[in-house]
Amino acid sequence: MADKNPFPGENNTGHIWDDNIRELNNPIPRWWMLSWWASCAWVLIYVVIYPSFPIGDKPPPGLMGWTQIKEFKEGMAEIEAIRAKYEDQIKGMTGEQILADPGLSDYTVASVKVLFGDNCGACHGSGGQGAPGFPVIADDVWLYGGSIEKIEESIAKGRRGMMPAHGSKLSEEQIDTLASYVVGMAEGKEDPAGKALFMANACFACHGMTGTGNQAMGAVDLTDSVWRFAPGGVESARQTIAHGVNFPADPKSREAIMPAFGERLSSHEIKKLAVYVHKLGQ
Amino acid sequence: MSKQPSSSHLAALDDLLEEAEQWHVNAGDETVHAKRIGGKWRTIKWLSNSIWLLLFFGPYLRWNDRQAILWDIPDRQFHLFNVTILPQDLWMLALLLLFLAIMLFAITAFSGRVWCGFLCFQTVWTDIYTWIEEKCEGTPQQRRKLDQAPMDLNKFGKKLGKHTLWMLIAIWTGISFVAWFTDVYLLWGDLFRLQLSSAAWITILLFTVCTYLLAGFMREQLCMWVCPYARIQGAMVDVTTIIPAYDFHRGEPRSRMKKSDTDEHTGDCVDCNQCLAVCPTGVDIRRGQQEGCIMCALCIDACDLVMDKVGRPRGLIRYESLNGLEGKACPPVYKQPRIVITSLIMLAALLGIFYGLSSIDAIDLKVLHARQPLYVLQSDGSIQNKYTLKILNKLANDVTVKITATGPAGLKITSRQLLAAQHGRVTPTSVFVRVPRKELTAESQPIIFHIETVDSDKPFSSHRESVFIGPKR
Repeated sequence: MADKNPFPGENNTGHIWDDNIRELNNPIPRWWMLSWWASCAWVLIYVVIYPSFPIGDKPPPGLMGWTQIKEFKEGMAEIEAIRAKYEDQIKGMTGEQILADPGLSDYTVASVKVLFGDNCGACHGSGGQGAPGFPVIADDVWLYGGSIEKIEESIAKGRRGMMPAHGSKLSEEQIDTLASYVVGMAEGKEDPAGKALFMANACFACHGMTGTGNQAMGAVDLTDSVWRFAPGGVESARQTIAHGVNFPADPKSREAIMPAFGERLSSHEIKKLAVYVHKLGQ
Repeated sequence: MSKQPSSSHLAALDDLLEEAEQWHVNAGDETVHAKRIGGKWRTIKWLSNSIWLLLFFGPYLRWNDRQAILWDIPDRQFHLFNVTILPQDLWMLALLLLFLAIMLFAITAFSGRVWCGFLCFQTVWTDIYTWIEEKCEGTPQQRRKLDQAPMDLNKFGKKLGKHTLWMLIAIWTGISFVAWFTDVYLLWGDLFRLQLSSAAWITILLFTVCTYLLAGFMREQLCMWVCPYARIQGAMVDVTTIIPAYDFHRGEPRSRMKKSDTDEHTGDCVDCNQCLAVCPTGVDIRRGQQEGCIMCALCIDACDLVMDKVGRPRGLIRYESLNGLEGKACPPVYKQPRIVITSLIMLAALLGIFYGLSSIDAIDLKVLHARQPLYVLQSDGSIQNKYTLKILNKLANDVTVKITATGPAGLKITSRQLLAAQHGRVTPTSVFVRVPRKELTAESQPIIFHIETVDSDKPFSSHRESVFIGPKR
């Protein structure tokens, strides 16, 4: 080639097209090549230090013994160490004592949110807003009492209230009258006919003489604005009066069951959840 | 153009031409050893270089018991004299970066690579490193010879001196950089006790190694083959941009003023290659605008000196637009759309920063309405809404703030209203507000939350609007 090369002395590769377009041999600076080789060497070092290509069914552990799961566990231990400061304090405290300390109750709310989502949110809603058939727990109405102990008891042991069905004992008109009476109660209306039926059918035995309910058995307060079974109003009241709640003899009876979490959750977790629930609405 | 040179001019030219052959264009195969000469642009370059002294000495400035300018990354705070900027205000940094980026465009459109030639750290550090090289190893000729000479005690001593000085500057650069992010006096203390955090060690090491390699060895290679800014010059510079340019109409054809040339029609360029000799990137300005030219204007100094020596007018290489070289007039700056538009963007960014700095409250309030549930009916028939208030305290001490709200009639805050807000951070708190149902005139009504410090000497306050939501009507 050399003797035919029309452009001698310029270090071309001898590849020439169209008379004068030719490929020059200009190697990149040596140190650039060295950096490239150094990068290749680094790959080998990396393979030795870290777990990389699988050999058999497991990757070799690498010289440093580093694994992602180990790093994850170390990170978790770090978080646990930060939490321990608070957890140690609230371990010996009652729910009331936690509530009295703004810092600790803020910590409790922040740390137990996930537990609430996992165990409670499905029925009571992520913000305690309730769902049809499941009570709102972000308001100030408590079927079984709103103290921390009562909330803890509700979570640990569950709740299952009962209201008998009155559909077989009462006529349609009587149920209508009673339903209207109950709706009127919240608005403070007087209704002698309804009142008479309320007394005659022993509604007062559970709901009280003035209709304010009984938290010991979970009988609702009929005088407040909140309805246990949404959407409330005359139709809703009729349904409840006629078919009852958790009444075994009536297949149309409303169901209202709070499961017990005492076996699933520790008492410490239940205490924290009670604080969380308590703070949902106040 | 032909003129009879005087004998003294010819003698000066002979000296220049003697060394002309040793200068050639940088092809990347050997170290560029540029000649250093004095001159107007050299002086300007020293002045612009000295701006970087701020990097080294800025951190030592104190302000109210702390470093005047401090990027406190662990505490997520930026101190700028008596202003403390928290991450919530960092949008101003985005505007500042926008301003600087657009300023780079505007200056480039107006006058080319001013940044590259006078201010870029790569240029400046390389300039200082080559200055040290010249002090240690002598002129470019001596340096080339030394490079080729076998290693002996003399060469080793010179090289050792040079590399030691380079390394010291590199280490000082690394430490000074880190000093902007941590208290500089503590930094030096921890450094001598070898108790720096690993992040500080790694950063210092990284900056030391990079400074040493980039300014000592890579030099103009970085500008010519690595830096992306050089690659977009074609899009930023046009015929109206004033750049260091060789006046080819006046200079060509070149003539070394030999007897045989003098009768012919020759240009002013005497082909002495001095412009090439002083070029830190080793390009020939006479080939016109090119990627490797960082527009540092040192060739203007060199050419003016030669023109003085051979008795011709200065300015054969000068700051001039391509239009100017052709004798065409350039439109005034305010009629050049690129400069007008970039200036407007810069102005907008500046106004944004001024607005931001002037409206920074000592305490700041953000209000988030609970999304689930939007409202809760209470036993007494009132409607309760839940909000998360985030109180940012930018003061230097913890304060107690009182939370109040104005909105629908009968509004009542049922949660605690006094709250301790920790300094330098956001304190979140849940706030419950109740409104009697009869007072709600719409599904969503405005509500304004106010916070006010109660225990500080000077009361600070802030407010934020949100909505109070009730049932559908």
